[in-house]
Formats: sequence, structure tokens, C-alpha cells
Amino acid sequence: MGNAKKGPVAQDHDHDHQHQAVPSDVALRVKALESLLVEKGLVDRAALDAVVDSYEKKIGPRNGARVVARAWVDPAYKKRLLADPTAAIAELGYSGGQGEDMVVLENSPKIHNLVVCTLCSCYPWPVLGLPPVWYKSAPYRSRAVIDPRGVLREFGLDLPEDVEVRVWDSTAEIRYLVLPERPAGTEHLREESLAALVTRDSMIGVTKVSPPQAGGRA
Amino acid sequence: MNGVHDMGGMHGMGAVAPEKDEPVFHEEWEARVYALTRVVRAGAGRWNIDAGRYEIERLPPAEYLRMSYYERWAARLRIQIVKMGLVTQAEIDNGSPAGRSARSTPLLTAAMVPAMVARRISTKRDVRVRATFKPGQRVRARNIHPTGHTRLPRYARGRLGTIIADRGVFVFPDTNAEFLGEKPQHLYSVRFTARELWGDRASRRDFVYLDMWDDYLERV
Repeated sequence: MGNAKKGPVAQDHDHDHQHQAVPSDVALRVKALESLLVEKGLVDRAALDAVVDSYEKKIGPRNGARVVARAWVDPAYKKRLLADPTAAIAELGYSGGQGEDMVVLENSPKIHNLVVCTLCSCYPWPVLGLPPVWYKSAPYRSRAVIDPRGVLREFGLDLPEDVEVRVWDSTAEIRYLVLPERPAGTEHLREESLAALVTRDSMIGVTKVSPPQAGGRA
Repeated sequence: MNGVHDMGGMHGMGAVAPEKDEPVFHEEWEARVYALTRVVRAGAGRWNIDAGRYEIERLPPAEYLRMSYYERWAARLRIQIVKMGLVTQAEIDNGSPAGRSARSTPLLTAAMVPAMVARRISTKRDVRVRATFKPGQRVRARNIHPTGHTRLPRYARGRLGTIIADRGVFVFPDTNAEFLGEKPQHLYSVRFTARELWGDRASRRDFVYLDMWDDYLERV
């Protein structure tokens, strides 16, 4: 049981999680549950595969990155995105479960927005996909509201004291997307190249978007 | 309920541990639990998002903290499919169906998955309900400790904040989680200063915003 529950923490391996030679207890129990539901005719394995495929391959942070890049290059789109986020995001083809009622939070040199769900794991699936383990973990959920600057420093972002920090606790069905600042030195870049710079973490608000030459995680 | 899930402001949970190039699912079984849960929810009745959260909140506290995220989902799934009447506890324990009455059509077919994933299940309701508060107004979060489901975190109870937006009328989780009705009411974005929530050591420039229903708030 131990392997599965320990959050992956290794920093210097390509491959953090530990492979198990023998299936864990939880893996066996889930397999038994799936078989039971299939035998009862309730569940079609192909439907399960299709759900997994959707969230592994189609619905993820590249969607949100395209929204951000469009807002950076198209002022009219940005205006719509801030005024009616759900509709503006749907214009690019992204909508669905856990993105029904969106709010977009614009970062600026003086205001930094950060999103958390202290009570569970609320996260805007259509634009960011399923949340990373750290977002759902006790350390982030407990600390983001009481020590946001400390959490941001752990992500490598040390904000000056005069920057206002706004933490958004997703306590209802409103889902939040942070619109990060466009990095300096990207004036020449087209929308697609800009989208490649936008990280998942910058859209949660735990990092900024790095300019291309800074070697930020893209 | 004052459960361990209500983590905002707790100490001792350690450092945040981001993982480089994290996969969507770390193990095959996590993907299966996720997909099983989505399929069962979409295809079976008597389900709503608040009831699902409430089920996880009622896991024994020590278990909740020990379990990984998808272990909690697996535990919830086992509880819910019994409550929904899809399987019996005996069938889960034995690992095989009791009768011969297998369904001829599954809850959801692969062809239905794209529509299921794209479906918007908004909890916003187009009904006329009076808004008790207006943007700009000072409010106090009620000091309530319901034993059932609530989305009012402990750290905000009794604290003073300011309404910054009226998000419209939404289903009220506290009743919906127990199938006691949607009780739709206005939902507001409420801004609290970090100092109001955490005391004088907090930065003057930090703020926490919560989404709060009418029933969570009182006049100042």
C-alpha cells in the first residue's frame, strides 16, 4: 500500500513513481470491482478506456494555454474572456464538466492571483485537465490560504511585499483560471509559440510564465 | 461537518511537493477508478456532486489522511454503488454477481463518452430568488457548525468580509448533498483580508476570496 500513497517527491529522476513488481492491494481491489461491474452488465470496458483516453490525451493544460495565448494577442478576445469567461473559453472549443461556470483572474505587476480548493480538489477540467497530485494534497490545501507567499516561494516565486496576493478558495462550482502576465521579450512571438510558453502552474497561479530564453518549464 | 477534509489553515502537513512531468494517472488502477466513477455517475440515478463530496468527507478521518486521492475515490465508489442499488455489499465482498440478471445494456457505451465528457452540468439555476446582499456590502460569515455537508470552511466562520460579486443563483450544497432539495440561492464572491482570517502577522496585502451562499452570511 505504501508505494501508491506516498506522493512522488523525487526531484532528480526522470521517472518519479515507483513501479511495483506485484500489484498492490488497492490495484487488485479495483480490478475486482471493475470485473464485477462488467459481469453485471453495468459497465462497458470500452467506455472506461474512452474516458481515460479523453483525460490523458485531449483534455489538459494545453487547452488553457491556448486560451491565455489568444488573450495575449487579441485584446477583443481578452475583453470577452474577462467579461464572459465560460463563453469565451467555449469559443475555442473548451467546455464541459467542471468548467460550467468559469471566472478568469488577471495577474498584473501589482496583483497576483492563486487558486486552491481547501475542501477537496475543485479544478477547471476543460482548460487544465485533471489536477496534479500536489494541488489535491494536504500541504497545498492547508497552506495556500494561510501562507500563500511561503507556498509561492517553494514554487520559486518570491513576490515583492508590495504585490497584492489574492487567494481564491474554490468553495462552490465556480472554476477559476488565472490569466498570467505575458512575459517581456515575447512581442515578436506568434500565438502558437506563446501558447507553448504557458505552463499549467502559471494558470493555477503558483508560478509566472517565463520568457523563452529563461528556460522555464514550458 | 468539522472534518479533516476542511484543511484550510492547518499546520504540520509539510511542504508542497510538485512532480516534474507528472502523468495524468500514476497507476493503471487510478485511471480505472476515475473512469468507473465517471461512468457510474453519468449512467445511474440518485447522484449529485455534493453527495459525492459528502461521501468522501465521511470516510473515517485517519483513513482519509492515510489514503491517496484515488484511494478515496475507490472507497467512495464502493459505498456509492451499493447505495445506488447497482450492486450489493455481498457481491463486492464475494467479487461476483449474485444473480443471473446481468443488464443487457451498460450504463454508458464508449460512443456516449465524448458527449458525457463535454456535458455541462451547471448548478446555476434560472429562478428568481431575492439576493440578501449587494456587492460592496460588509458581511459576516455565520458561525455555524453543521454536522452534515457544508462548503463553508471553518477558517472563515465568524469572520468579516466584503461582497465583491453576485455570481447568480446556485444549488445549495448543504441540502443537496443529502437529497433534501436544491434550495437555490444567491452565491457571492466574498473578500476577506488575511489579517481578519489569520491575525496581525499576516501580510496587509494578502486577501482570500471565498464563494459563499446567502445562507452562509449575515448582516453586519
